[in-house]
Amino acid sequence: MAVYLDHAATSPMPDEVLAAYTDALRLVGNPSSIHGAGQAAREALETGREAVARALGADPVEVVLTSGGTESINLAVKGMFWVATASDRRRTRVIAPLGEHHATLDAVEWLARHEGARVDWVELDGEGRIRLDALAAALATDPDEVAFVTALWANNEVGTVQPVAELVALAHAYGVPVHLDAVAAFGQVPVDLHAVGADAVSVSAHKVGGPVGVGALALARTATVEPLLHGGDQQRGRSGTQDAAGAVAFGVAAARAVAELPLARVEALRDRLVAGVLAAVDGAVLRGAPCGPGRLPGNAHFTFAGADGDALLYLLDASGISVSTGSACQAGVPELSHVLLAMGLSEAEARGALRITLGHDSTDADVDAFLAALPAAVAGARAAASAGA
Amino acid sequence: MKILAAMSGGVDSAVAAARAVEAGHEVVGVHLALSRMPGTLRTGSRGCCTIEDSMDARRAAAKLGIPFYVWDFSERFRADVVDDFVAEYAAGRTPNPCMRCNERIKFAALLDKALALGFDAVVTGHYAEVRRGSDGVELHRAAAWAKDQSYVLGVLTAEQLAHAWFPLGATPSKAEVRAEAEARGLLVATKPDSHDICFIPDGDTRGWLAEHLPSEARGAEEGAILDRDGARIGTHPGAAAFTVGQRKGLNIGYPAPDGRPRFVLEVRPKTNEVVVGPREALAIAELAGSRFTWAGTAPADADAGFACEVQVRAHGDPVPAHARVDGGELVIRAEQPIEGVAPGQTAVVYVGTRVVGQCTIDRTVSAVPASA
Repeated sequence: MAVYLDHAATSPMPDEVLAAYTDALRLVGNPSSIHGAGQAAREALETGREAVARALGADPVEVVLTSGGTESINLAVKGMFWVATASDRRRTRVIAPLGEHHATLDAVEWLARHEGARVDWVELDGEGRIRLDALAAALATDPDEVAFVTALWANNEVGTVQPVAELVALAHAYGVPVHLDAVAAFGQVPVDLHAVGADAVSVSAHKVGGPVGVGALALARTATVEPLLHGGDQQRGRSGTQDAAGAVAFGVAAARAVAELPLARVEALRDRLVAGVLAAVDGAVLRGAPCGPGRLPGNAHFTFAGADGDALLYLLDASGISVSTGSACQAGVPELSHVLLAMGLSEAEARGALRITLGHDSTDADVDAFLAALPAAVAGARAAASAGA
Repeated sequence: MKILAAMSGGVDSAVAAARAVEAGHEVVGVHLALSRMPGTLRTGSRGCCTIEDSMDARRAAAKLGIPFYVWDFSERFRADVVDDFVAEYAAGRTPNPCMRCNERIKFAALLDKALALGFDAVVTGHYAEVRRGSDGVELHRAAAWAKDQSYVLGVLTAEQLAHAWFPLGATPSKAEVRAEAEARGLLVATKPDSHDICFIPDGDTRGWLAEHLPSEARGAEEGAILDRDGARIGTHPGAAAFTVGQRKGLNIGYPAPDGRPRFVLEVRPKTNEVVVGPREALAIAELAGSRFTWAGTAPADADAGFACEVQVRAHGDPVPAHARVDGGELVIRAEQPIEGVAPGQTAVVYVGTRVVGQCTIDRTVSAVPASA
């Protein structure tokens, strides 16, 4: 029996989305073409964009469709940096919390290496929450030199929801723009561009049951980004032929995901899973914020003291259970989680980490199967850790 | 049996895994991540440890229809292979890191983990054969003499060999393995062989060592060049730049009394000294090491001594010899002089095709006495 509990890696596409997607793939025209076929494709594209905009609390003109979360984040981070430094050469400081997704970390580090950015990394607390006092202190130091603040809306590994409204207010008090990476948060908690007041919000379609290769940057009317891609100016801040079918599918998936909020059913399943794990496995520690409003409803994240992460994943996979050690990464090589380390865990504590993420198709049977398989898997992974030591 | 196939991304380990699958075993493919630099792409004709290699291994496993995982052994590899390599060089010895990797990673860390997870054996693409003889488990040379890798496996013990399987051991040639890979539709069929030390991707061992040796072991300071009697006959710019057997670059400035060229006989990093002498002094008559193991049951006549062959390099020719255990050392007396032996190298002892044991060479005795 296959048990898929890795929705944060990618979420299965619901039939309704798949049908809308495949229908739209039959459209012939390029949305930029003037003829009837082009107009039909444009109609589909804009319908999709409007649905995404509604789901994000943005106006359609504020939605830049991209190739996914990574592109959205790169467009925001680099594009906002270039706009800031073009307006004022002193504005080269970037403020970002530790524990960001690699799309942000690597983009910011690229700016530091190639574009002269200086980075203020803001500490996290033990639950993975950004330290607002540290953020305030960073902002208060020469705020005229800050290009922007970027932060996760919710952490993709440990599921901690960040105090985004407070964060935006702090930055805006100094006139500093804010980008929020809501790839993990979207479809789990309300993500609303206008309500939060951020300048840019990144999301990805496949995390909410849409296709891989489609994402969006919700970019406030008042904000600008310097484009990454040049050649045709099809969208504000992005060139390239627009993906009508992707937009349609994203629109359906986003509308469907947001309509299900709040995810009370998923949250109840998750709470049962967490209680079951803590009761069944000695040395299991829930990482991130406690279950409740401070945590994504579909996320559970544990460390199992003394367990070998590779062995744990292997044993669970051999039992037909798909979970993750953290964020999926290059070449399938598991690394120690930089998020856990930023939360103050030791390398030894961070080693046996497991992320279980539930979603729209998760069931009681999935949770039962996971809870049934876990104790033996942890025992085996602990034996493997001591054997290989 | 439940088999763990170690898959490097090369053709040999892919075919070895395929044969294990075909033999009806339950096989799981595992690629060992030995470096924390997963972004490295292969640039030369080498094959292991890069992101491309792990992808090649993954594709091969998919073709075989077996589950595949990448397991992180980077910390163990750094401590047991890379740091050991550096420490050995710093101590003036010439280590074989592939041997250490077999000894401590593939057939220790990986094997132990596999056994703990319920596997019965680890399969690799090495060219060597494990046989169950009357005397228990035995390690033998591969049928393909040119590819024989029994030397780098010589360090495995009976316990390790009992859970090792090398399905390519009886295959007559590498060409046959490539043809089999081709026939099985494995994309690695034509992938070039790896030759270099995997953690020194450009093959520049000296350059790599210059960056990694601790400063006191780099031997960048001037030091003495000694003759075989210990008399100082010159000055060198740093001992680490010299290797045993080297002739050029000594710059002693005046000829030897007998007018013949001098060669480096010994490098002593600790005292920053280089010992030189005539070419024939490079020929070694006896070598010995206190770190020795038996590849299977220990020979009954180990103390009295037994006739054997000794091999000091992965692809060196074996030399007739006599081996005995004496004073806690494995002492090997060669019947004809062996050239190019440096402490730190491994001497593997064979009887016929069978690997009997090995030692890490601590000391050598020249075939030509110093006073001669």
